[in-house]
Amino acid sequence: MIETLTHLDLSPFVLSFKLAGVTTLLLFFVSLPFAWYLSQSRSKTKPFMEALTALPMVLPPSVLGFYFLMIFNQIELNFTFTGLVIASCLYSFPFMVQPLQGGFESLNKNMLEASYLAGKSKFKTLLFVALPNIKPALLTALIITFSHTIGEFGVILMIGGSIPGETKVASIAIYEMVEIMDYSSAHIYSLIMLLISFVVLLSVYVFTHSQKRVGGFH
Amino acid sequence: MLQIAIEKELHGANGLLNLELKCDIEQGKFVAIMGKSGSGKTTLLRILAGLEEAQGSIVMKEATWLGAKKPLAVQKRNIGFLFQDYALFENMSVEENLLFVKKDKKFANELLELTELTSLKKESVTRLSGGQKQRVALCRAMMNRPQLLLLDEPLSALDSVMRLKLQDEILKMHRAFGMTSIMVSHDASEIYRLASRVLILENGKIVKDGTPKEVMMENTKGLEGELLALNEQNIATVLLGHQLLEVTFSAQEAKGLKVGQKITLAMRKTL
Repeated sequence: MIETLTHLDLSPFVLSFKLAGVTTLLLFFVSLPFAWYLSQSRSKTKPFMEALTALPMVLPPSVLGFYFLMIFNQIELNFTFTGLVIASCLYSFPFMVQPLQGGFESLNKNMLEASYLAGKSKFKTLLFVALPNIKPALLTALIITFSHTIGEFGVILMIGGSIPGETKVASIAIYEMVEIMDYSSAHIYSLIMLLISFVVLLSVYVFTHSQKRVGGFH
Repeated sequence: MLQIAIEKELHGANGLLNLELKCDIEQGKFVAIMGKSGSGKTTLLRILAGLEEAQGSIVMKEATWLGAKKPLAVQKRNIGFLFQDYALFENMSVEENLLFVKKDKKFANELLELTELTSLKKESVTRLSGGQKQRVALCRAMMNRPQLLLLDEPLSALDSVMRLKLQDEILKMHRAFGMTSIMVSHDASEIYRLASRVLILENGKIVKDGTPKEVMMENTKGLEGELLALNEQNIATVLLGHQLLEVTFSAQEAKGLKVGQKITLAMRKTL
């Protein structure tokens, strides 16, 4: 057991976290203006865009993975880390956009208008008024996106292959261990994943409740 | 001079309403707008602020706000706006709310002193009472030294003591900075204290326009009550709602009055 632990290859975890970190960061900057636009828009195309955004939540990962495989084949992105990042961004898109949009929509419209009346542009209003007032939604968006990417499996299986250090993330590593019936490693990897996920979620809930106790997020 | 001639179709709770307003407001005046809910009062303020679109024209001094090819953006109109729900930036302290509008610490401090808020300037606005919040909102609205101050029932959520205090402060600001102010209000005493002109809106049109005395006295239809007793000195006891009132009639007025009869009391114009 101890020998297994000391020889444990941690690179799949590092890769999982790297993928989740890059995806969350990129998605945040892409989703922020988009979620803001959706929250403020009264356009007739809004339901169409919302449906498109939510699509990855209901599509089987294999369907998404298949399309990515077809497209990435043309641009030589299959079995690369960049390919994984792009696929993860699209796959986790609704998890970032929806909490942000919900947060923006729950804001007092008069508060945003007060900022416009003070002569501030939409961009400044978004940055200095809207965003700081949706902290719980922002935190939810970041954490859910991050965790969702850590837990990603189906899409990566389709387009990632299992190249160590490049596309072999933790979930894929566990799958391979089970396939070769190396159950003791699979146990350790799974337990680590379980613990990390639980600690991340626990800290979010502890933070959220502590904020509520002191009278909200300010 | 603020020249307003606007039209807008509103789809409200009472069906379709055609807002059609035309009036000129002199620089530096304090104008009150009264009217039933759904008569278009708030919409008028929002159109003036540039928060809602409309047809027609709005000209403020030399500048065309509405009526040119493109309406002037809300950011460029230099307007102070007081909302009923204060609409403060909740992520900021009292002082930061003011400085967000304009980075002028000296002026912010002056305003806070004027409204007796100096001791609260580092406090988060979420911890303030309603009256304090509206005073912060008033200071914030003044930070850009607006040429037009719009007030949308700013005091209706406050108790009567706080309302009086804030009326004083609004008046103080109005006089100190000489801007034109337009306030939507339902409170006749507030209008009497603050405004020099009253517009009454009904179904999107101005139906009355004059000084508070002219408009609101005409508006008084009298108080209907029940005559409970009438003694030999012609002193009548009248029930007005749940309130008893003694009224002295002249012999001529008392003639023909019968106990139990409904009568209307109106005040004579002596002011």
